[in-house]
Amino acid sequence: MAKIEEYIPIVGESVVEDLRLLAARLKGKVIQHVNSTAVGGGVAEILNRLVPLLRELGVDTRWDLMKGGGTFFEVTKKFHNALHSRPCEITQKDFDIFLETSRENIEEVVIYGDIVFIHDPQPIALVDKKKDNKWLWRCHIDISNPNTEVWDFLRNFVVKYDAAVFSSPTFSQKLPIRQFLISPSIDPLSDKNKELPQEVIDSVLEKYNIPKDKPLITQISRFDRLKDPIGVIEAYQQVKRYIDCQLLLAGGGATDDPEGVQVLEETKERAKGDSDIHILLLPQNDIEINALQRASTIIVQKSLKEGFGLTVAEALWKAKPVVASHVGGIPLQIKNKYSGLLCHSVEGAAFGIKQLLNSPDYAKKLGQNGREHIKNNYLLTRHLRDYMLLFLSAYYDEDVVHL
Amino acid sequence: MPEIIKAKEPFTFSTRLHLSELTGLKASDLKELVELLKEVPGSCIYHHTHRFLQQHQYLSPEPPNDFAYWVTSVLGEDELAERLASIDTIQYLTIRALREKIISTIEAYIEKHPRSLKKFASEGEEFYFMKSISFIIASNYVAHDLVEFVDILKKITIDSIYFHIFEARLRLDRKTNDFSYWIETSIGDKELAKKILRLDPYTYTLEDLRKTLIRLIESRING
Repeated sequence: MAKIEEYIPIVGESVVEDLRLLAARLKGKVIQHVNSTAVGGGVAEILNRLVPLLRELGVDTRWDLMKGGGTFFEVTKKFHNALHSRPCEITQKDFDIFLETSRENIEEVVIYGDIVFIHDPQPIALVDKKKDNKWLWRCHIDISNPNTEVWDFLRNFVVKYDAAVFSSPTFSQKLPIRQFLISPSIDPLSDKNKELPQEVIDSVLEKYNIPKDKPLITQISRFDRLKDPIGVIEAYQQVKRYIDCQLLLAGGGATDDPEGVQVLEETKERAKGDSDIHILLLPQNDIEINALQRASTIIVQKSLKEGFGLTVAEALWKAKPVVASHVGGIPLQIKNKYSGLLCHSVEGAAFGIKQLLNSPDYAKKLGQNGREHIKNNYLLTRHLRDYMLLFLSAYYDEDVVHL
Repeated sequence: MPEIIKAKEPFTFSTRLHLSELTGLKASDLKELVELLKEVPGSCIYHHTHRFLQQHQYLSPEPPNDFAYWVTSVLGEDELAERLASIDTIQYLTIRALREKIISTIEAYIEKHPRSLKKFASEGEEFYFMKSISFIIASNYVAHDLVEFVDILKKITIDSIYFHIFEARLRLDRKTNDFSYWIETSIGDKELAKKILRLDPYTYTLEDLRKTLIRLIESRING
């Protein structure tokens, strides 16, 4: 695990100094994170990185887990889908199961934090233990268009918090409590994002038989309809009529997801007969993903729906020109024509890709701007800073706070 | 090299960190935008006219405030966007005055082009009003003369430069930027103070602004 000093060559000494100044202002406060899982999933991944760094900075940060059985997590998975506006049937029994497990956790989980930071809906009901400490709810999911039955149920808990935190302005709701915007981040020192020697990149290309003789257009995503792999192939085919290029669709984690297997098959079927389309079902291998992104000429993220879309941040960090859909958190990462191209359709994606392939200087400029934008706004150090500011904000009501 | 003047009072560099607060308010068209512009807190106006400076400080030096960006990229009203982007923010000494200028610019445009009211943002592309919560912290950097000042200027964060040039003037109602004020009152160099005050900081990227300040001060130090 990287130490805070290791970020200085990337973000500059003064950024880390600011973190130390903020951490000093939190001395004496205990921050207690609670979520539902220690490993797997984006929330655990980010806490595994943030908690040790906060501690190293001197912020007394601890992390507890709630407990729940299989039926509870089936219900919360349903809630998750419903909040993402995916059709699913929620019954009174589901709400009862949620409340029963919540009651058990209210009895068992010990709350000791001056600031209690609850992540996602699973442990949301713990707020019933609120006394005179500060409670913050971190929503990591896209609730821009939630199933109202589930949202109204959860909202009864949300309003008891001191503040809620969302990843995109489009997720905010009309609430009687304060709401903050804190975007997720990427770790520039992780295997997925660190610099790689050219030999490593070349060996990965060789391993997967991807030649270097044509421009490579890439989408890194799990095989999921919401990531629109078929749409990416259609866009590539429109480009291919004019420019000889190759397409790479790479992603993992489809084997345990029945729909994923089906989408992968459909994608392969659609790509049949074109040896310039490479479809890779990759196991979780961050170095290889990193290498493939770095080997690409253009990165595409043609999602139909997206929470935040950190694959865009990963690509921009590697100074790649990106063509991506105007959904979820993607417009926060890409200002159209400044740090990438945004699209709304297959045709738009194809047009953007053609523009970038035909104008390499422009593409390069977008990639450079994109990297700067990620450096200033979406690296782990910014995330640490925002979390510390959030903790401090719990003690101030003003818009201008002199610390 | 001329003699270095010791400051009457040292200059303590502060840094300004900010958190974005969501309001839950959004506009889908120009009519809603104007209505909300009239009622949102001043912190929202400040956020949307200054956020771009910090978040996109590496871009070409133009001040594409959030209103201008949204009006052109979502509603396709390029002429209005140009008018909003070219509002001379440096002229306005209060957020209230700046707000009135933005509102009158949009209202005048609507009157001239009533068809602009028929343009709507699609779902997810509405204008979401946010506000900036500023946290101001004194740093450990203190300058006792211009040589120390320029050395610090080379290494402090752009957030600090931003704070002393933009936020101190407009949001904290100081009417001038902190650098000019200190150089005039503590160093007694009116000419240099005036040169810095005459810059239109909105037309620089923050890194270019840093370079320009360093150049002005160094050429003064070196005579």
